[in-house]
Amino acid sequence: MSKSINVALIGNPNTGKTSVFNQLTGLSQKVGNYPGITVEKKEGICKLSRGVKAHILDLPGTYSLNTTSLDESVVVELLLNKKDKDFPDVAVVVSDVENLKRNLLVFTQIKDLKIPSILVINMSDRMEKKGISLNISLLEELLNTKVALISSRKGTGIDGLKQLIADYKTISAEPNLDTTVIAPEYFEKLRKTFPKEDLYKLWIVITQDVNFMPIEKKAVKDTSSFTTKSKAELKRLQQKETILRYQFINKVLKETYLIDRNAAKGWRASIDRILTHRVFGYLIFLFILVTIFQAIYDWSSYPMDFIDAQFAAASEWIKTTLPPGVFTNLLAEGILAGIGGIVIFIPQIAFLFLFIALLEESGYMSRVVFLMDRIMRPFGLSGKSIVPLISGTACAIPAVMATRNIENWKERLITILVTPFITCSARLPVYLIIIALVIPEGRFFGLSYQALTLTLLYLIGFGAAIFSAMILNKILKIRSRSFFVVEMPSYKMPLFKNVFYTVVEKTKSFVYGAGKIILSISIVLWFLGSNGYSSEFNNAEEIVTQKIETIGFDEYNQEQIQRELNSYRSRVMPEASSASDSEMALAMRDSIQIKKLSLENKARNQEIASYKLENSYIGTIGKAIEPMVLPLGYDWKIGIAVLTSFAAREVFVGTLATIYSVGNDEEETETIKERMASEINPKTKKSLFNLASGISLLLFYAFAMQCMSTLAIVKRETNSWRWPIAQLIFMSVFAYIVALIAFQVLK
Amino acid sequence: MRITVAHLKRGERGIIKRFAEDILPIKLLELGCLPGNEVEMVQIAPLKDPLYINVSGSHIAIRRATALQIELDIIDPKAIL
Repeated sequence: MSKSINVALIGNPNTGKTSVFNQLTGLSQKVGNYPGITVEKKEGICKLSRGVKAHILDLPGTYSLNTTSLDESVVVELLLNKKDKDFPDVAVVVSDVENLKRNLLVFTQIKDLKIPSILVINMSDRMEKKGISLNISLLEELLNTKVALISSRKGTGIDGLKQLIADYKTISAEPNLDTTVIAPEYFEKLRKTFPKEDLYKLWIVITQDVNFMPIEKKAVKDTSSFTTKSKAELKRLQQKETILRYQFINKVLKETYLIDRNAAKGWRASIDRILTHRVFGYLIFLFILVTIFQAIYDWSSYPMDFIDAQFAAASEWIKTTLPPGVFTNLLAEGILAGIGGIVIFIPQIAFLFLFIALLEESGYMSRVVFLMDRIMRPFGLSGKSIVPLISGTACAIPAVMATRNIENWKERLITILVTPFITCSARLPVYLIIIALVIPEGRFFGLSYQALTLTLLYLIGFGAAIFSAMILNKILKIRSRSFFVVEMPSYKMPLFKNVFYTVVEKTKSFVYGAGKIILSISIVLWFLGSNGYSSEFNNAEEIVTQKIETIGFDEYNQEQIQRELNSYRSRVMPEASSASDSEMALAMRDSIQIKKLSLENKARNQEIASYKLENSYIGTIGKAIEPMVLPLGYDWKIGIAVLTSFAAREVFVGTLATIYSVGNDEEETETIKERMASEINPKTKKSLFNLASGISLLLFYAFAMQCMSTLAIVKRETNSWRWPIAQLIFMSVFAYIVALIAFQVLK
Repeated sequence: MRITVAHLKRGERGIIKRFAEDILPIKLLELGCLPGNEVEMVQIAPLKDPLYINVSGSHIAIRRATALQIELDIIDPKAIL
């Protein structure tokens, strides 16, 4: 451990910093969060020569040390805190050869903090094409550093970089510039007040929150005690500093960086002309969107079916192999069902992240932001809101996290608040089963009613998001200046390695993050559903057995037994009739008798389970809330399913399956549907799931905020309980009212 | 008339003259949007907003309101020839 070198990777966004990180660390990387905030922390180990190891920390992309966001302040906080265990022995500043001038800004700042810094010039493979030539040795001399010319795409120069890291002790820690010249008197005063401190470091500390948005301010320690200048003055000084730095950089590059514009070739301009075209640009975007959705739903259905079947089988295996008891039940019905509920979403989430990673890596996403900004603005949204809104169709959790790069706090907040209206993948199983139940199978101009309904539900979700954004834009009185600056990176072929790591990483963090909550909910649900205090619950077996003896099985179960028995008989009878010997016929009759008994046993167990559930804690709760859901056309069972869905929507189908005492295996989905179809509303004597109650349910699920994980993420991202609570109340009340109107009108 | 970045037509270029620094974010400066630097209009979105510019090699998109704060001198293409 003593030989491990702390390395911090710093650089502008779009310089290929992440590819450099991937090249250095390979699969040894791990992703976590900085304590208390949701900024991703990526670190990994790089093996250098002679058994020396480097601990590489990939810091968020930043254009300078003048922090404007939480991501950037992570960089500054680390560089200022010598006591931090991650404080770098050496900073590796990654730059892109085409944008070297701009990339050097942050390099000179880090250098001035007296941290030994290596300059990595990436994308050297593009130099020739762009007509760029460099005088590396002069550049090293003028910047007083070591330069590694690499191509993370081609993998060249990485060994040289590793060598430089290993020899980090030879790298100069001398500053490049003297910043105090921008305001000599001010800095002199600072020097007198804090004689022991480094002046540039002090300056960075003082100016840290000058550009901060209100929400993120609390993460920064109060520096007002030694601020003797107003914010506006400090900001002006920061600008002076930037200009000073660019003067220095221009002077350096004039001698070392040559670009022959005539030799420069590139597709960029022509591709941009098409992709940002006022007509074709939008058509292409629409085409890409449709393709993505098609792919997500079509391709992921195969792995999803497979996962579902595996979990059903595993649950069955546990129940049959382990000794029966509370623990087995918890494992099979609580924990395994819970894990299955998370794992089933992995394919969809992974596909979505794959597409988003491709769009971002290639540089296309910035073009979409450019195209959509003006269109989104009347609704209080930004062009950058389009990324979260698209991600929201998979899951609102990563979508809310993707709002982070929206600079304007009001636009960001509105995006966070409306994203949960977008139809996420968790709503899909609910929609599918209810649509199959209540929407007739006919066709309208060749399109099936059922598919049309599903499409309509997606549109309703999107419409609700846009509509509520408009209202929020009117009522939210937040003054925040419109900072909208989007870099339009050059187009690049996405690197497989980068895309792969992103998908793995994001999927993993989704599974662990959301997984914990879904898992604990399902354990609680299982407990509430399999325990009760009433005598009915405790004596369920006797009561049900007695009931079956006196009045027989439920109508549904009677039919079911009869049907299965008939099919069994027709399967064995041909053999029996051909057998002349009466012993054989007798054996057949016995076998049918045994089959009948086993079927009856199964039915009895189902009825006991159903009766128990009805009298369990959750059943008691369901009966208590029934008056609330009756006006919407639901009974207590649907009420419970709706209630448990407030943890996570996808729980709906599982809960109903348990309530209707049908095993929740893939093969039996049909029977859940049949079972639901045969439910009778005791009051109206009509089918419980009819068009009115079905539409009411669909609309309720379209609008209600039923996802604890999203609420938790919104709390983290907005730093207060106020917004998630407002979201929960508003969306749920709205959903209730809409569902109520729908049922009352349609019934 | 005060000429700003927002007045450039597609393909036109100009040199940044002045900058309403109190209103504009520091990020713009960091990206190279400094007095004396050249700006080229790359693409204009429908409704003339936002604007996609190339300022001394940095390709960025900014809103029209921001662009109106950056004054410049238009480079006459004929003058170059």
